[in-house]
Amino acid sequence: MSSGEQHPAVRVTDLTVAYGDKTVLWDIDLEIPGGSMVAVVGPNGAGKTTLIKSIQGLVPRIAGVVSIHGEPYEKQRKEVSYVPQRGSVDWDFPTSVVDTVKMGSYGDLGWIRRPGRKEHEKALGALEKVDMAEFAHRQISQLSGGQQQRVFLARALVQSASVYLLDEPFQGVDATTEKAIVRILKELVAGGKTVLAVHHDLNTVSEYYERIAILNVGLVASGRVDEVFNSENLMKAYGGKTSFFPERKSARRAV
Amino acid sequence: MLEFAVELFSDYTARTILLGAASLGVVSGVVGSYAVLRKQSLVGDVMSHAALPGIVLAFLIMGVKEQLPIFIGAALSAVLAVFLINLVTSNSRIKTDSAMGMALSVFFGLGLVLLTYAQKMPDANQAGLDKFLFGQAEALVEKDVLVIGLTGVFALLVVGVFWKEFKLLCFDPDFGGTMGFSMKSLDLLVTAVIVSAIVIGLQTVGVVLMSSLLIAPAVAARQWTGSMGSMVILAASVAVVSAVTGVALSSGLENVPTGPAVIVCVSIIAFFSVLFSPNGFFTLKFKDARSRREIRKDYVLKALHDLALEHNDPGYAHSERLLALGSEKGFNVRESLSQLQAAGYVERVGEENWRLTPSGILEIRELSPLEKSG
Repeated sequence: MSSGEQHPAVRVTDLTVAYGDKTVLWDIDLEIPGGSMVAVVGPNGAGKTTLIKSIQGLVPRIAGVVSIHGEPYEKQRKEVSYVPQRGSVDWDFPTSVVDTVKMGSYGDLGWIRRPGRKEHEKALGALEKVDMAEFAHRQISQLSGGQQQRVFLARALVQSASVYLLDEPFQGVDATTEKAIVRILKELVAGGKTVLAVHHDLNTVSEYYERIAILNVGLVASGRVDEVFNSENLMKAYGGKTSFFPERKSARRAV
Repeated sequence: MLEFAVELFSDYTARTILLGAASLGVVSGVVGSYAVLRKQSLVGDVMSHAALPGIVLAFLIMGVKEQLPIFIGAALSAVLAVFLINLVTSNSRIKTDSAMGMALSVFFGLGLVLLTYAQKMPDANQAGLDKFLFGQAEALVEKDVLVIGLTGVFALLVVGVFWKEFKLLCFDPDFGGTMGFSMKSLDLLVTAVIVSAIVIGLQTVGVVLMSSLLIAPAVAARQWTGSMGSMVILAASVAVVSAVTGVALSSGLENVPTGPAVIVCVSIIAFFSVLFSPNGFFTLKFKDARSRREIRKDYVLKALHDLALEHNDPGYAHSERLLALGSEKGFNVRESLSQLQAAGYVERVGEENWRLTPSGILEIRELSPLEKSG
């Protein structure tokens, strides 16, 4: 996939992160080729969220380097869009849907400058893409879980970055929203963007993603779904705790 | 009382004091909104109590009740308390609430000890130092009001300039961090603004109650609006009204310190808002009762419809007892039937029996979402 001199969209080298005396990520080496859709899976406490956060410098790295398109992350912030876990913010915050989406433009605006007409239009456009245009002037406190997730995705779309990092975008959302989000993410990938998403439902991995990173503190395996998403690697990551084996999947795919 | 108010507004000294109270109100309302939105209400309380030892120490060192040293002393000891809380929570297993409780009592206790010591000193300079506990607006002179005003302008400027950044900080600091904004600097800036609001309120409202003038207006304002801009403006208005009324009250009534008078005013507004605003306690209770009534009506309507379908006759009449039995809803079916009757959806047949009217049959088709899920 990484053809010739071209840099991978995301390259993580020797990444180690610890909270106190607990190692959360151990010596991760990971390369995400541009234009791919990648699932990050692993058991609870495997460090999936921490991986997404440490790529963006939100948690301190004990060791390791992250580069985006061959340049250090710190120089490439504008190339990276972040969709945090829905539950990480207070949805009772006094603001409207469109104003929340506008926050995605703050990075381009820089310090002090306020969003104007242009940013407003852009936010409305992003809301249109996630089928939330009619909710633009709602209070965010009135949204359902799926709608909250769409708003977060719209906010990321406004950033017009080339790499999207999503933390459990399908957590607690309705089936319609899940389908809509998958469709938008696939469109992004088709347009050459790179998507890296923390994912929980092993049943949908093959359907949604072409690549996967299987994580459990260390990186168990990464690569194309049809090559590394197998029972051996899942056993390594989940131990005996998962009853899911891709061998049985063909029967289930009939749905 | 009215006579007194007229006198108050026409007197130069009184006008100075009221102007001070009003400026303090604007700053507290605006800045307090950030404390509330960041869920740091208690930090404000800790900081205002923790200012006391700084006030007294500044006096003991300088030997006079000068405003500037006292402000600096107050700010330093308030910030020290917050710094210690962060130090303790990040380097031990002590949780934030315990650390805040400890910091508050340790600093306030120390402040009281120092205050007692200062008051026993032979010269008379220290007289009035104890007014910092509950505030005394009458002591405000022109110079004090000027300092309050200038600090207020500074705080408002900071909030105005960094409006967008502060919003990020309050709502989603991680996201803000990924866009390259230094959340640490913004956090420091907000803390600085909160500290300055507390410091300028100490003389008027006092260390014990100052945090209420920060928190209560913001809480009241939040009940009425869903936009951050109008919340800040409304909080400022609530705080101004409370501060001015409180100051007027305490000067009108003998021996009432300003702080408690201001806090009584602001609490009344906050309580009223929490109870009666569109999202308030009573409004929600009322809405709950109404939707419970509507849903029960829908249940009964659907039960009548289902029974009628069994007879292949939408107008088939059933006894109230059967409806109550068959539905097992655990509520007063008769009450819902009467309400449906009033709406014209059902009619009574004989003594005991009920059936759907044509408009009731139409209505049940409108309830299609219930039908589909049921």
